[in-house]
Amino acid sequence: MSTLTALARLRAARDGVAQRITTVRHCHISAQPLVFIPLKLAGEAAAPLAAMVGTDPGHPRLLVVPQPRNRDLRFAFAAGLAEVLLPYIEGFEKSTETVERKSGEPYERCLDAPQILMPNRPAVSFAALLGRSTRFRKAEGPYPVHPSVPLLGRWLTYLTDRSLRPGSSMLLATTEALSLHWATGQSNLEDANLAALLGWIDPPGGMSGRRAAEEAEDPLLWPPAGPATDPGFDNEVLGPAIRAYEEAPTDRAVDRVSQALRTQLEPTWRLMWRSVELLRSLPEGARVKDRWEMDRGSFTRFVERIAEGGPPQARRDGAVGAAARLAGLERARASYDVQRAHDDPLLMAEYRLSGEAFAGTVTSADLEHAEGEGRSRKLRPLITVRTGDPVRLSPKTTVGSPDRRGHAAEIVEVTDGEITLKVTKGMGRGRTPAPGSVPEPGERVSYTSLTDDFQSSAALPDPEQTPWTHGGPPQEYEPGDDDAQEEWL
Amino acid sequence: MNTLGERTFLNRLDELRGPMPSRPHDARAIAALAANPGCVRRAVMDAAGVDKDLTARHVGFPAPFGQSQFAITRGNVFEALVKENGCAELLRLLRELLGLEVAQVGYQDVESVGSHLRHSHTRALIDRAAREDDGTAVFYDHPLLSLEIAGHTSYLEPDVVAFQIGRRFHIVEIKSFSMIDGQAEPEKVAAAARQASVYVMALRTLMADLGHDPERVSHNVVLVCPENFANRPTAALVDVRKHLSVLNRQLARMTGVERLLEDLPDGLTFDLAPGEDGVPTRSAQELAQALLQVPARYAPDCLSTCDMCMFCRHEARACGSTDLLGRQVRDQLGGVSGMDEALDLAEGTREPAEGQEEIARLLRLAHRLREESLR
Repeated sequence: MSTLTALARLRAARDGVAQRITTVRHCHISAQPLVFIPLKLAGEAAAPLAAMVGTDPGHPRLLVVPQPRNRDLRFAFAAGLAEVLLPYIEGFEKSTETVERKSGEPYERCLDAPQILMPNRPAVSFAALLGRSTRFRKAEGPYPVHPSVPLLGRWLTYLTDRSLRPGSSMLLATTEALSLHWATGQSNLEDANLAALLGWIDPPGGMSGRRAAEEAEDPLLWPPAGPATDPGFDNEVLGPAIRAYEEAPTDRAVDRVSQALRTQLEPTWRLMWRSVELLRSLPEGARVKDRWEMDRGSFTRFVERIAEGGPPQARRDGAVGAAARLAGLERARASYDVQRAHDDPLLMAEYRLSGEAFAGTVTSADLEHAEGEGRSRKLRPLITVRTGDPVRLSPKTTVGSPDRRGHAAEIVEVTDGEITLKVTKGMGRGRTPAPGSVPEPGERVSYTSLTDDFQSSAALPDPEQTPWTHGGPPQEYEPGDDDAQEEWL
Repeated sequence: MNTLGERTFLNRLDELRGPMPSRPHDARAIAALAANPGCVRRAVMDAAGVDKDLTARHVGFPAPFGQSQFAITRGNVFEALVKENGCAELLRLLRELLGLEVAQVGYQDVESVGSHLRHSHTRALIDRAAREDDGTAVFYDHPLLSLEIAGHTSYLEPDVVAFQIGRRFHIVEIKSFSMIDGQAEPEKVAAAARQASVYVMALRTLMADLGHDPERVSHNVVLVCPENFANRPTAALVDVRKHLSVLNRQLARMTGVERLLEDLPDGLTFDLAPGEDGVPTRSAQELAQALLQVPARYAPDCLSTCDMCMFCRHEARACGSTDLLGRQVRDQLGGVSGMDEALDLAEGTREPAEGQEEIARLLRLAHRLREESLR
């Protein structure tokens, strides 16, 4: 956590209302997101209890497992979930655009991609387990399931995997998305409670954020956002309802369980859509579109993989796959951090505080300055910037500017509050810089050593070439009937 | 510590607790001692064996902990499954995991004797097993071990103790969270390991007491969990050496509670003696006042470990402590402990005290940058 965020938290605590820690929104919010709130049975790894899911705030679909220990009912739940999720996902597969590439064939990319919003990280982890427990099932052979079940499993696995990638917005944990933009007057741990977090951000009229958050901690007023249910509810309400179903599995008994679970899900359902509104009200950061474009590309590739009949994702990554995944996540993290700082002066301020960036006013500019003679003459305009920031950049450091794309400069000298820079890139091909490409005296500028340059992917061997130190080439995955028969109790 | 000193110390603890019986520590409670070691309030209450749950409820700040009947049922069902037919399933697992090459296996249910004899019975059985070495693997079900915590004996019940050839004892911990594709939730495994380390320590103490080598109790505990999504158990070895050393330090510190007691006012007590209706006779306000005499060190982590958490959080709020916002925020504030103080420094309405110049400069700069960026 940065000092700036710590300061924002202090102010939130004093003023009784959450404080913005960004000036723009850094995640994509779809025009038509799907909200998915799962509940699980306490004490079980992946026993779904219920889910509220849908794209229309006014018409949630409630799915319920009246006896969560019953295998058939669980698969019926999975099929019900597939009935909502799969058509939503497939709705994005049809319209595509052709993307031209400098080298290589042009390719197709979906114009939009699904976006799934879940309340918190544990809910996402639960969805991942649900994916793991359904993707190896089969529609034929022993223990057949509805054909949509394994497909649902593959999508859940893909989406929950993707949500680990910094900057991806295809599946968001709402508490994380909100915490990215607001600081509350409580701890991170307490922010994991969606109702409390929203209490700070958007307290009901006449109530302070602190008071609203306190109220939100009462499970009777605000049932937990899941996936775990309130133990009091389990013991007092759900337990008897499930026992009644066991004794007589009638429609009335199912109704009783459904009604009980509805009371636990509806408040969170409303909070989820309120969160969507709040996030939508923030202006979108400039590079959010670029990152969503990558999500669309990834989505398209997964659609193709399924269409080609590829096998379900393996249980565990092989050595090469794991290393590649890790390297990919690291690159995504680095790039995401830099992009956000470039999009957002408030985040850039954190780097100014640590001396990796500075902002100030141009005091002088020598636009004609050049180095070398004749053919090797290079245009190197010099500018001097006055700043109050504690700059910790040494001469020869290359810096870029969030205000000008493609612009780069090199630090020449740092003296007390004055920095001399040599512009090296982004001036056009003429003998003098293109108009506006070099900042002029009086102009407000900012520079940083953070750059989001292209990084090539890590050089890793093919999986077949995995060295013995890493277990040798992994065994080819062959889905067998064993997987389909795996118990799910 | 001389005998007289020891007596006054124990008297003092009794006085703090009042006439209620000392609340025994179970392994979970002992393991939790390692969390937030700097909290005097908790150290004193634990050493005196005060019922923290009842205390918190009486002062109007019950802890938000509850257990679902579904989780309890599942735990019991799974444990019964593992122990069925004289731990037959467990034997299968240990054969694979420890390379146990034994045809003969014994099963001793320590619970067969009366509860008052269980501890001495466990002692005798473990002593015999440590002496005889006939290559038979033996499971001891429901053993009762003991551990001295700040002058009080706590009795502990590990799930199973296994003794096998190779002359080693293994603590077996049965948990009902799942191990999926060889992985379980790290926090749950850590909690199980902390708990198991308490049993390892208790068994080692017993071994040393009986004149055997305590190292014969393995630091690798056997964790038994359901595999994937089914009820079928699977087992893994968990190394608890790290947890053992933390626990050792913590228990050593608890004997240092004496020094903490010296600073407390005379006559201080957390007496919870009930009246005829079962409710403590002492007024909630008086009890709260007594609690406030002992300094706490609240951190948000307490919300998941300590019964007193809501009370201490309320107190931290009342005095505007930066502890409320978590360690990460505290770390950024360079030791400034009050929220108002930090804000005043940032906004330049307060002159930094000696030693605060550096953090004040940083906070002022942060404040300026924030204002500038939000303009």
